[in-house]
Amino acid sequence: MQSNLTFHERVEDALQNQTLHLALDRATGRFTSLRANAFASFADNGDAIRDRARMIRAHTLSRLDTYLAQFADAVEAAGGHVHWASTAEAANTVVIQIAKQNNVRSIVKGKSMVTEETHLNHALESAGLTVIESDLGEYIIQLAGETPSHIIAPAIHKTKEQIGQLLHEKIGMPLTDEPSKMTAAARAKLRDVFLNADMGISGVNFGVAETGTICLVENEGNGRLTTTAPRIHLAMMGIERLVPTLHDLSVMLQVLARSATGQKLSVYTNLITGPRRADADGPDQLHVVLVDNGRSRVLGTEVAEILYCIRCGACLNACPVYQQIGGHAYGGVYTGPVGAVLTPALYGIDLWSELPHASSLCGACREVCPVRIDIPRMLLQLRDEGHRAGKTPGWLKLGLPFYRLAATTPWVFHLGAWLARTATRLLAAQGWLTKLPPPLSGWTASRDFPAFAPRSFSAQFKRRKNHKGTAFTK
Amino acid sequence: MPPASVQLFATCLIETIRPQAGLAVVEVLERLGLTVEYPDGQTCCGQPAFNAGAWDEARAMARHTLDVLCRDVPAGDVPPERLYDQLPPVVVPSGSCADMIFHHYPELLAGDPKYGPLAEAVAARTYEFTQFLVEVMGVRKVEAHFPGKLTYHPSCHLLRGLGVTEAPRTLLSNVAGADVVELPEATQCCGFGGLFAVKMSDISSAMLDRKLDAIEKTGAPTLVGCDVSCLLHIGGGLHRRGSRVETKHLAEILAGP
Repeated sequence: MQSNLTFHERVEDALQNQTLHLALDRATGRFTSLRANAFASFADNGDAIRDRARMIRAHTLSRLDTYLAQFADAVEAAGGHVHWASTAEAANTVVIQIAKQNNVRSIVKGKSMVTEETHLNHALESAGLTVIESDLGEYIIQLAGETPSHIIAPAIHKTKEQIGQLLHEKIGMPLTDEPSKMTAAARAKLRDVFLNADMGISGVNFGVAETGTICLVENEGNGRLTTTAPRIHLAMMGIERLVPTLHDLSVMLQVLARSATGQKLSVYTNLITGPRRADADGPDQLHVVLVDNGRSRVLGTEVAEILYCIRCGACLNACPVYQQIGGHAYGGVYTGPVGAVLTPALYGIDLWSELPHASSLCGACREVCPVRIDIPRMLLQLRDEGHRAGKTPGWLKLGLPFYRLAATTPWVFHLGAWLARTATRLLAAQGWLTKLPPPLSGWTASRDFPAFAPRSFSAQFKRRKNHKGTAFTK
Repeated sequence: MPPASVQLFATCLIETIRPQAGLAVVEVLERLGLTVEYPDGQTCCGQPAFNAGAWDEARAMARHTLDVLCRDVPAGDVPPERLYDQLPPVVVPSGSCADMIFHHYPELLAGDPKYGPLAEAVAARTYEFTQFLVEVMGVRKVEAHFPGKLTYHPSCHLLRGLGVTEAPRTLLSNVAGADVVELPEATQCCGFGGLFAVKMSDISSAMLDRKLDAIEKTGAPTLVGCDVSCLLHIGGGLHRRGSRVETKHLAEILAGP
C-alpha cells in the first residue's frame, strides 16, 4: 500500500499537517524522556548491557544458519511446525494454505511488523478471510485504512481527538477524548473477536534457538489472547530475529522495553514453546513462518549491522527528522532512521535512493540504539552506493568535478573563493543574500546567506605574521 | 609536556566567510605561548563530498589535506610508526571538520599504502579547538571577559561525533562576566547537515525553526557554538526572522573584546 506520491511530496504533506505535528510532539518527547529515565536505573546508564546486547546480536548473525537450524529443530521437537518463506509472497501463501487446510474463517492478529512487510492482511482478505487487528494501535490503523507510522506505536501520527472521532464513526463509541474510555470501547469490541477467531497470528520479538521458544512482548494482553485463545497460533518472524539462549533473551529484554517504552519490562512477556500439551490449554497447532524477504542478501554486506535491530523504535523517537515528518513520509514499512537504512537495504537503492539522504547525520539515533547500530555510518554507506548507481542529482554531478578540482588545487580554490566573494558582496544587501538561484534556493527559502568576508583568513593571517607584534583587525 | 607549536586547519568556512573566528583561535593559542603554524594550501576537508556519497572525490580531498598537514615531515624516511611524533597537533576550530579527519579519513583511506598510515597518524593528532585547549593544554579558563547573557548550542559532530561535551561548557563558564543560560533541547540538531539543508531544505527549515524558537526563548542576545557551519545556518535563520540575536564562535568569546 505504497503511496503514489514522490518522497518530496510526502514530506511536504507531512510538514504542512499541523495535527501530525501535535501528535508527534506529544509522543516522541514522552518516549524520549521515559527512555532516558529507564536507562538511568543502571549505574552506568546501560552502557555495559547495551554492549552485551550488541555482542549477542553480532554473534547470532555471524552464525545465523546454525542458529536457524537449531531453532527450527527445537520448534518441531516441541510440537510446532516450521515453514520457510524466501519472499513476502511465499510467506503469505503459506499462511493462506494453513488457514484453508484448517477451515479457518476468521483471524485475529497481534502486532507484527513482518506481516506489514509482507502485506499479509491484504493477501488474507483477497483470499476471502476475515482478519482483525487486536493491538489497539493497529486496530485504530486498520479502522482508518492506514499503515503504521511507527514500529511500536503504529498510530503515533494520530491525536487522541482524532482517534475518538474515528472510534465514534467506526464502532459507534460515544464521542470522547479520554483514552481510557476509548480503550474500553475497543476492548469490548475485540473480546468477541478473540473468542470467535479460528486462528491467531502474531509476530515474534525473539526466537530462542536452544529451546525453540517464541518471545512476544506487549502491554495490552492482546498478544497473549491472540496466541492462546484461537485453536491455531501462527507466528511470523524475520529470519534474523533469533538469540541463542534463554539467558541471551534476558539481556535483550532488559534493553528492549527500556528503549521502546521506558519500561524495565513490558507488562506481558510471553514465552511460547510449542502448542498445547495434552493436559493444558492453548492452541492445538503452532506454526512458525520464517521469512527471509531480502535479509540473507543484506548479510555480509557493509550494512549487515542493520539486521541487529530489535525493533524498539528508539531511533525514531530521537530523530529530529522523524519528529518533523513522521513515519508515512518515509514511504516504506519501516520508518525513521532504521527504515532509511533497512528499506533500501532490503528493496534496493535504485527504488529508495532518497531515504539515506533524509538525515542530517546528527547521530541521535546511534546514541539511543540499544544494540549500538551505527546508523549514520550506514546511511553514508548507502549514499555511496546510490552515488555509484548514478542517483546523485544532476546539478551535484555537474558540480563535483569543479569541487574536486578546487579542493585539491589551492590556486583554483582561492580563485573560486575570490569569485564567490566578489559575487556575494556585489549582490548582498547589508551583508546578507536573501535569494539564491537553484539549486541553492532551498537554503534561502527560509534562511539568509552571509556575503563572504572582505578578506580571507589566510590573507589576514599572513598579514598578521608579517606585522608580528601589531594588533590585528577583527 | 604540552606541545610548543600547533598546525591550524582553519576550515574553508573560516577562510571565506568568518575569518574573525580563525583569528580569534590564533589569538587564544598564542596567548598560551603556542606557535601557530598555518600550513599553506589548505582548502576543504572533503566532508560535503563524503556526505553526498561521492567517496572518490572525498578521498582525493583527504589526500590533499593530508599532504598539506604532513608537508614538514621529511619525505620517504619516516616509518609510519614514527609519523605521529613528527607531527605537531592539528587544531581544527570545527567539530564537524575535526570529526571528518578524526573518524572518516582513516576509514576512507584504509586500503591506501601511502595515505592510510598518514591518515591514522594525522587523525590521532587532530583535535577540535576546545577539545585541544582542555584535553591537551589542560586549560579550563582563559583570561577573557564577556559582558552579559549567552547561550551555547552543542553541534552534533562535536557532541556525538567526537564526544566533546564538557570542554566548551567549561571554558564558557569560566569567562568573566558571562552569564551562560542553558539552551532548551540543546542537543537537538539545528538542521544544517551540509547539503541536507539544500537537498532536504523543507525538513531542514522545520528543524531550524525549532532551534530558533529555543534560542529566542533564552532571551540571550548571543548564541555561541564551535562550528561555523551550524552558526552560519542558525545565523541565517535568525537574520531572516529579524532577530537581534548574534552568533559567535566560542573562540571569539575567549579572545575577548
